[in-house]
Amino acid sequence: MIEILATVLTYVALAAAVWAAVLVVANKPVQLREWHGLWLYGVVALLELGLLAQLVGGIVRLIGDDRQIDTFAFLGYLITPLVVLPLAALWALAERTRWGPAVMVIGCLTVPVLIVRLRQVWEAHV
Amino acid sequence: MSELAARTRSGPGRLLIAVYAIFALAATARSAVQLGTHFSRAPLAYLLSAFAGVVYIVATVCLARGDRASRRVATVSIVVELVGVLAVGTASLSLPDAFPDATVWSDYGQGYGYIPAVLPLLGLWWLRSSARDVE
Repeated sequence: MIEILATVLTYVALAAAVWAAVLVVANKPVQLREWHGLWLYGVVALLELGLLAQLVGGIVRLIGDDRQIDTFAFLGYLITPLVVLPLAALWALAERTRWGPAVMVIGCLTVPVLIVRLRQVWEAHV
Repeated sequence: MSELAARTRSGPGRLLIAVYAIFALAATARSAVQLGTHFSRAPLAYLLSAFAGVVYIVATVCLARGDRASRRVATVSIVVELVGVLAVGTASLSLPDAFPDATVWSDYGQGYGYIPAVLPLLGLWWLRSSARDVE
């Protein structure tokens, strides 16, 4: 895995989760025609691109480094956030109340959790 | 029917379904990796994880469908989930030798921030409160 990228993704995901939480408190649904919704989804789109880069980088290092790790778990933790985030974004968009951004809080928080697990798998080599 | 379904999957229900979907994915994917790569290390734990995954999938799908029959199936699966997390949680603490590797429900879901123990209570609460005023 790429350490710097994983750290950056963790902070970007936390920032997006905080912003989504602000929208929950402010009682705003996800609205892509408003600046606050557009920013949230813009950051989430960047996060998705970063997760894609992490998947590619992770596979490259997995092949290149000859490291003895749990390959399936490693790939699982690389792919899962990539799938969860857009699904959460779609699911949140269909909601017309503050519970929409609440879904985004959860969706964004899965990213740092999965990165923690990814790091554990990567470092548990023999 | 559609009004009840729309109610079930909107508001707090939308968040609940999202959390259920994440747990469905987490438990199923984890147990698939464990069963596929090192089943013999902790067969009981891995089979329980797979079972938990199925329960979460059923609950997620039925809550998202939200019609009367689906809500009934969702209620049953959530009760199974509640019994499962209490039984496995108690068993993993009293008989640690039987659980050399963790499941979603071990130690009442401690490894997942105790969300597995709280989730079925929230699920039952939501099924109850979303049923009101529709009759």
